[in-house]
Amino acid sequence: MADVVLAIRDLHVTFETPSGPLEAVRGVDLDVQAGEMLGVVGESGSGKSVTFLASMGLLPTRARVSGSVLLAGEQLIGASAKQMRSVRGRLLSMIFQDPLSALNPVHRIGDQISEMLRSHQDLNRHDAEKRAIELLEIVGIPQAGDRARQFPHEFSGGMRQRVVIAIAIANNPKVLIADEPTTALDVTVQAQILEVIERVQERFGTAVVLITHDLGVIARVADRVNVMYAGRNVEQGTIDSLYDHPSHPYTRGLLASLPRTGKQRLTPIMGFPPNMLNPPSGCAFHPRCEFAAEICKGDLPELKSLGDLQTACVRANELPKAEVLK
Amino acid sequence: MTEQLLQVTNLVKNFDLRAKNGSRRKKRIVQAVTNVSLSVAKGQTLGLVGESGSGKTTVGRCILRLIEPTSGSVVFEGQDLGSLNFEEMRALRRKMQIVFQDPFSSLDPKMTVGSSIAEPLVVQRVPGDHSDKVVELLELVGLSADHSQRFPHEFSGGQRQRIGVARALALNPALIILDEPVSALDVSIQAGVVNLFEDLQARLGMSYIFIAHDLSVVRHIADRVAVMYLGKIVEIGEQESVYSHPTHPYTKALLSAVPLPDPKTERKRNRIMLEGDVPSPVNPPSGCRFRTRCWKAQDVCAQEEPVLQLRSTGQMSACHFPES
Repeated sequence: MADVVLAIRDLHVTFETPSGPLEAVRGVDLDVQAGEMLGVVGESGSGKSVTFLASMGLLPTRARVSGSVLLAGEQLIGASAKQMRSVRGRLLSMIFQDPLSALNPVHRIGDQISEMLRSHQDLNRHDAEKRAIELLEIVGIPQAGDRARQFPHEFSGGMRQRVVIAIAIANNPKVLIADEPTTALDVTVQAQILEVIERVQERFGTAVVLITHDLGVIARVADRVNVMYAGRNVEQGTIDSLYDHPSHPYTRGLLASLPRTGKQRLTPIMGFPPNMLNPPSGCAFHPRCEFAAEICKGDLPELKSLGDLQTACVRANELPKAEVLK
Repeated sequence: MTEQLLQVTNLVKNFDLRAKNGSRRKKRIVQAVTNVSLSVAKGQTLGLVGESGSGKTTVGRCILRLIEPTSGSVVFEGQDLGSLNFEEMRALRRKMQIVFQDPFSSLDPKMTVGSSIAEPLVVQRVPGDHSDKVVELLELVGLSADHSQRFPHEFSGGQRQRIGVARALALNPALIILDEPVSALDVSIQAGVVNLFEDLQARLGMSYIFIAHDLSVVRHIADRVAVMYLGKIVEIGEQESVYSHPTHPYTKALLSAVPLPDPKTERKRNRIMLEGDVPSPVNPPSGCRFRTRCWKAQDVCAQEEPVLQLRSTGQMSACHFPES
């Protein structure tokens, strides 16, 4: 078993809304192992982003966060602002879907990378600039020396995302959280960015958490995957076991709803995602689940080992084997 | 040969950048669509795929004359749309409808769902009370009669998209342009909406132009596919031949860039990694527009523009060095 660098235990996040408290994350347990690529998949509102924003201490103060997030032994929940500032960028970095809003439009790219370097390392201006250019080369930006003197608007979407990655890895963090990093990009550019992320992961041994709704992206680059639904982690395991014989009915449903190479009719998941102001009792997926029984409405199911997977479904043992999808 | 419903020939759309910002700088023209020719048969689906800036949405809007094409002809049921005046065009729009990508901004938040769906009937001065028709349409798209008095904010994305489809169906169109109709939806919801499109086509027999950047969905739904790059069609043909034997290098690269939801296939795949980004349509490369990113490019690609040619696998592609 590899070392766990980021351990999330019983994480809860609640937002106060005009219609009452909304619990977006409802007890998530999750481990990120050193140097791995962990995919986190879920639909909008499943709590996948909020889980990691909470770990980064990036949620607005009105959000109530409880539970435990240990990063290399250091507790991040309840940490002071000063402590979080020292963690962010040095041990834990995050990149987002829209690289343009992550960059400062009035500062040169090179300066923005230098700023990140100098806020955590004792470097003089000259050395920081040199290192910034090296980082731009690592993420595959041609003519890095010249490009470092340019502004964000002079870069294309894919190039901006590379710059953001360069900033995120500047201090060689233990974990890089990538929240839908390729969703706004075209597929040919997406392929390039995924390659950059993989290269960074291999070269620096950085653990990467890749948050996405795209099961194809996860199949391409991830080692393990966590499936989230309604603020809970419902299934986790290596990509091979999860794609080959998914156990949780939600995971099965997700995989079955994707268009494949053939012309067979698609199988949607019935119903709608739950209203998180008033989530269903017990397993939140039960109103949409074809295998639901009375027992599913009772307690919140916990993750249990089932073969190579861990599944939060009380009926997982009784379910028929999932069909192999082609 | 199946009967053609729509025939687009040499469609061109240039946008003048100067006109928009009023500056006196040198004239800059975005060549959004250049010499696009395509046809749609009755009851069939044409998939239009390409990356952002490829001009696929502009083609859709030019067909409906929601924007005026710069040149070229659009013939619909034997009528040349360019020759019609405003009133005639308005009458013809009964037969051509569109569903937009964003189900949130395409419905008026202050109108009930029922009145949104009935609006095309009102605009086209269809006589009578429309409430029965609205109920029929709601049921056709998998919603229920009591939804008609509610407002858009009470519905989820997938339901709103169904409302948009019901509205497009109100006038029994022969052609519906679906502009990224499932891109904004979660995968589990997407499948249901794609199935709905297929059911409606089987039942009502209309044609679709399905515009999308998601190649897997297009593979599933389209009979024929046109691949666009920087305003031009680089490959067009039967879905099966384009996907199984792509002959244009861009098509091949695009298909290989799509991640498939199967780790074993993904590990075995040979991927073609394209360098760089799509060039600016203000100043597109000479000759073949794809040559700046193409691994096969030779001198001739810069000098001579390749034309669409029939390949042995049945589709047409525009390349000097086609894949075989």
